[in-house]
Amino acid sequence: MVEIGHFALILAFTTALVQTIVPMWGAVTRDLTLAGMARYAAFITFGLVFLAYAALTWAYIRSDFSVVNVVMNSHSTKPLIYKISGVWSNHEGSMLLWVLILVFFAALLALRGGNMPERLLASVLSVQGAIGSAFLLFVLLTSNPFLRLTDVPLEGQGMNPILEDPGLAIHPPMLYLGYVGFSIAFSFAVGALVHGRIDAVWARFVRPWTLLAWIFLTLGIAMGSYWAYYELGWGGWWFWDPVENASLMPWLMGTALLHSTVVMEKRDALKVWTILLSILTFSLSLLGTFLVRSGVITSVHSFASDPARGIFILGILTLFIGGGLVLFALRAPALKQGGLFAPVSREGALVVNNLFLATSAVAVLVGTLYPLALETLNGNKISVGAPYFNLTAVPLFVVLLIVVPFGQSLAWKRGDLLGVSQRLLAALGLAVLAMMVTFAVTRGGPVAAPLGLGLGVWLIAGSATDVVYRVYRKGLSMTTLIERAIGMPRSAWGTALAHAGMGITVIGISATVWGVETLAVVSQNEPLSVGPYTVVLEQAFKRTGQGFREDVARFSVNEDTQSKGAIETSKRIHTGREMPTTEAGIVTYGLGQLYASVNEILPGGKVSIRFYWKPLVTLIWGGALVMAFGGVLSLSDRRMRLAAAVKSRNSLAAKAGSPV
Amino acid sequence: MAMTRKQKRLSLIAAAGSVLAIAAGLILFALSDKIVFFYTPSDVSKQGIAAGTRVRVGGLVEVGSVKRDPSMNVEFRITDTETSLTVTYKGLLPDLFREGQGVVAEGVYQGGNSVVADTVLAKHDENYMPKDVADALKKKGVWQGGKGQ
Repeated sequence: MVEIGHFALILAFTTALVQTIVPMWGAVTRDLTLAGMARYAAFITFGLVFLAYAALTWAYIRSDFSVVNVVMNSHSTKPLIYKISGVWSNHEGSMLLWVLILVFFAALLALRGGNMPERLLASVLSVQGAIGSAFLLFVLLTSNPFLRLTDVPLEGQGMNPILEDPGLAIHPPMLYLGYVGFSIAFSFAVGALVHGRIDAVWARFVRPWTLLAWIFLTLGIAMGSYWAYYELGWGGWWFWDPVENASLMPWLMGTALLHSTVVMEKRDALKVWTILLSILTFSLSLLGTFLVRSGVITSVHSFASDPARGIFILGILTLFIGGGLVLFALRAPALKQGGLFAPVSREGALVVNNLFLATSAVAVLVGTLYPLALETLNGNKISVGAPYFNLTAVPLFVVLLIVVPFGQSLAWKRGDLLGVSQRLLAALGLAVLAMMVTFAVTRGGPVAAPLGLGLGVWLIAGSATDVVYRVYRKGLSMTTLIERAIGMPRSAWGTALAHAGMGITVIGISATVWGVETLAVVSQNEPLSVGPYTVVLEQAFKRTGQGFREDVARFSVNEDTQSKGAIETSKRIHTGREMPTTEAGIVTYGLGQLYASVNEILPGGKVSIRFYWKPLVTLIWGGALVMAFGGVLSLSDRRMRLAAAVKSRNSLAAKAGSPV
Repeated sequence: MAMTRKQKRLSLIAAAGSVLAIAAGLILFALSDKIVFFYTPSDVSKQGIAAGTRVRVGGLVEVGSVKRDPSMNVEFRITDTETSLTVTYKGLLPDLFREGQGVVAEGVYQGGNSVVADTVLAKHDENYMPKDVADALKKKGVWQGGKGQ
């Protein structure tokens, strides 16, 4: 079975090469038979990589310890779910997953792209095939997960226990779906640059793919953040760690791309910029892959490093980013100017959005790469942490978010700033009110929190204003209004929800300033106050579970005199690797969370412990969910319009009497 | 608002240019002011760092040097086998903090070879040693090898 997987992977490399060369040749020479092969090649490549992936998963499930990768990362007593997720808990397996998702997107495009011009589809799939072949070669040459052992051990080494978690089971695939999903936008850009028209129709085809990738990346980042929050036991949700930045950069650029494709689709403007963004977004995904997988940076994500791998990925990176940009430089000047617009207009606002998002991505990029550059240049080792990012990226975000409600309300082509400001007066009033009230209530507290809270309310109220303005007309009955609200285009709902979700996240982030941290050593029945709660150490005891033994500290939680349940935190020793971890205890009250992290259980039953009370913290991730849901709504609308667009294009073509 | 196409474009470029200029200024300022340098204990004793500077120091936790008190203050020494310096820290130490193992501490240099740390990082698992520490030890020639990094 393992050998079948290995052969399938080698075969996939050859079919990916066919997918790269033949359709492109067909597209350039206008040979539609050759161009049409793209779809079949994409299906076959996907089938083969899927087979390889399934073979590796099977080896994990069966605990086949003749495979090096399984020995190093699995254990026969692991629960089934972690055997399956264990496949991507290591470098080789996760690269295979990366490739699987890449070819999956190509196959999905081949399946759904039937309404696309044949030559565009062929060249897009060809570029996708080129990326696929490069990474298949990388896996085969430097990171082969199918290597066998001659001396078969009886037991595997197990995986890093902090990765043994439901969060790990979903976070990497989500993130990869986002990261790799942007490859489609890249392939669209390069494919269209090689030949083909770059116009509103192009934007209409590329938009759903960008949106899909964006939704997954949003969820993946949020999930990774929550996983770090509860698993690492430090209570932080974002560390500006290079690996986190590696996922944030494509998100920022991808968000910019998402907005600029709207301009391109609706107004046929910003073409050059949109094409450039498509290339840059996926370039940042590739850069992220390089940073994480090459071992140039240290993090929980960088598995054992091998210089050959780093150089190989760097080569792929140079080939695709460099190739894409060179092609762009050659072809972009030939692109025709699109629709005109006044600086104060929806288009103008979206340009501001793009400017700020792209600039903040650059700020994050500089902060992430500067330590690497400096170390290479003069050997100085530095760390760039939160203070840098708080001074560079964060102000850019804040200014951008202040502008968002205006942009959302402005009309296309030429906007009426005065009218929009009047319309937004209520939202502004609400935001200021929220700010004042929180100021008054938390007097003497940190200033940043009420300001941030006001910003969040401004975003939410701004979105609500947009919805109200679209739906509400004087004199209409309630039922008509509800009907109008339901009848509102889903993409408009999507925008409103995504922006409101951002506002929710902003409120959650601002509220972290009010968090309370308590460090103490307590004995049994000794009360300790944490924010509005009092915790009492009930018991410290030992416990064993599947694959671990632990020292548990159990606290009861009270608010005033009312009991609010209990919270448990433990020091866990994972058998096998004998590796200790801290299991944080988290209990949610309303929108806030009580977070406990045991330091040490001292002889005599005393417990040294850290408690946090984090008000409104769940909003950080809740907001991300709302954002992603907005994306899903928008996507469901787009599909309908995609069909409509094709219909109108076909009828247009029929009228003109020429085949498309 | 009757701007010509050229004027519209110029106004866009001017606006974009000023945002970029401000961002570039912020980035340059932050890079000169908000970054933290990494030192080994020998670097610290040789280079004469001003007290009050934010530093990152790394090396091995000196065996027998870890002192904890009941109010969760910890004091330990970081060594590169040549020189060592004292680190004081209040809070939870990482799970894999051990005597004789690699560690990185970030905090404020107090002068007199001592640092008050607000962050202490240790390795994430058995195979892993903070890269800065591993590199520094390799340079000193006292690297023990081991798997992975």
